[in-house]
Amino acid sequence: MKDFYELNELQLDALKEISNIGAGNAATSLSQMLGRKINMSVPNANIAPFPNIVDFVGGAEIEVAGGYLRVDGEMPMGILFMIPKEQVFYFLDLLFGNPIGTCTNWDEMKQSAFKEIVNILAGSYLNALSVFTNQVYSPSVPAQANDMAGAILGEVLQQIGEVSDHALVVENIFIEQERQIKGHFFLLPEPKTMELLLKYLGVL
Amino acid sequence: MSIEPVKVGMAEFKTALPPLSLITIGLGSCVGVCLWDSLIKIGGMAHIMLPDSTQSRIVQNRAKFADTGVPLLIEEMLKLGANRARLIAKIAGGAQMFNFPGSSNAMRIGERNAEAVKKCLEQERIRLIAEDIGGNFGRTIEFFTDNGNLFIKTINKGQKRI
Repeated sequence: MKDFYELNELQLDALKEISNIGAGNAATSLSQMLGRKINMSVPNANIAPFPNIVDFVGGAEIEVAGGYLRVDGEMPMGILFMIPKEQVFYFLDLLFGNPIGTCTNWDEMKQSAFKEIVNILAGSYLNALSVFTNQVYSPSVPAQANDMAGAILGEVLQQIGEVSDHALVVENIFIEQERQIKGHFFLLPEPKTMELLLKYLGVL
Repeated sequence: MSIEPVKVGMAEFKTALPPLSLITIGLGSCVGVCLWDSLIKIGGMAHIMLPDSTQSRIVQNRAKFADTGVPLLIEEMLKLGANRARLIAKIAGGAQMFNFPGSSNAMRIGERNAEAVKKCLEQERIRLIAEDIGGNFGRTIEFFTDNGNLFIKTINKGQKRI
């Protein structure tokens, strides 16, 4: 089995490509949900050692909302979506049709709306993976945490920490008409999943 | 004049002397282990991520696990002149950030991390004099090498000194 840092350019590109398609699906779903056009940037895919991963989201201390779900079965992996607090509130204002700035704290309704967003994003990603791998993925219900980015990431990275010191980070920036919504998607395949993924993509 | 604290990242460990402090930003279910020798005023901090290295196929980074990271930090401090009998420990972290319905044992990793760290300190005969463990929130911890104080900051749960 390979550790993530042993991936070559070609393999990283292949993972980026899946991600591109996955994020494309996700942007379409979001557009439909919010009733306005959501674009997305070309994704970045990076392999980084644990202490550096938090830099991708702007530092360990920033306050974020994180939605995390697990995919079990043949190809186990974790999916984490992280978005800064003020941006997720902007998002929720759009979703509920409120004037921007209305949403300032969490309640049960907003939490379930956020989890639903994570569900839809993850579903769109997994659909793209299904097309390439001919596998069916059944994700768990997402769990949510609102706290420091470092604290949230740490818990998620523990899932692959026993076998690796590195993780694959796929960064997608969603762009709404008026502003950038910088959501980070972390696709965290376990090493055996990574190997299968590369095999299906024909780059192993 | 402000002095930048020494940053300890995920699965890393560092030591420092006054006037420097050691900081770990955003501890969730990981555990921050702080050791201090009151006489020579050397401080050390490890950011422990997982409880048990024997569950791991390959151990590249000893600082990542409680059972190897704690001895590693002790060794390093002894090398720098600390005395084992004088060492005291303070620990913080071990939260559970995500709550899955019907969550399994694997998700209670914060608790297991804290248990493993305590067990290891006991085996190494290091006195644990203060702890701030558990909950479902993140902590930023700063350890001062001149007096051994550990400051803990959170987003919604206030701050404290142990």
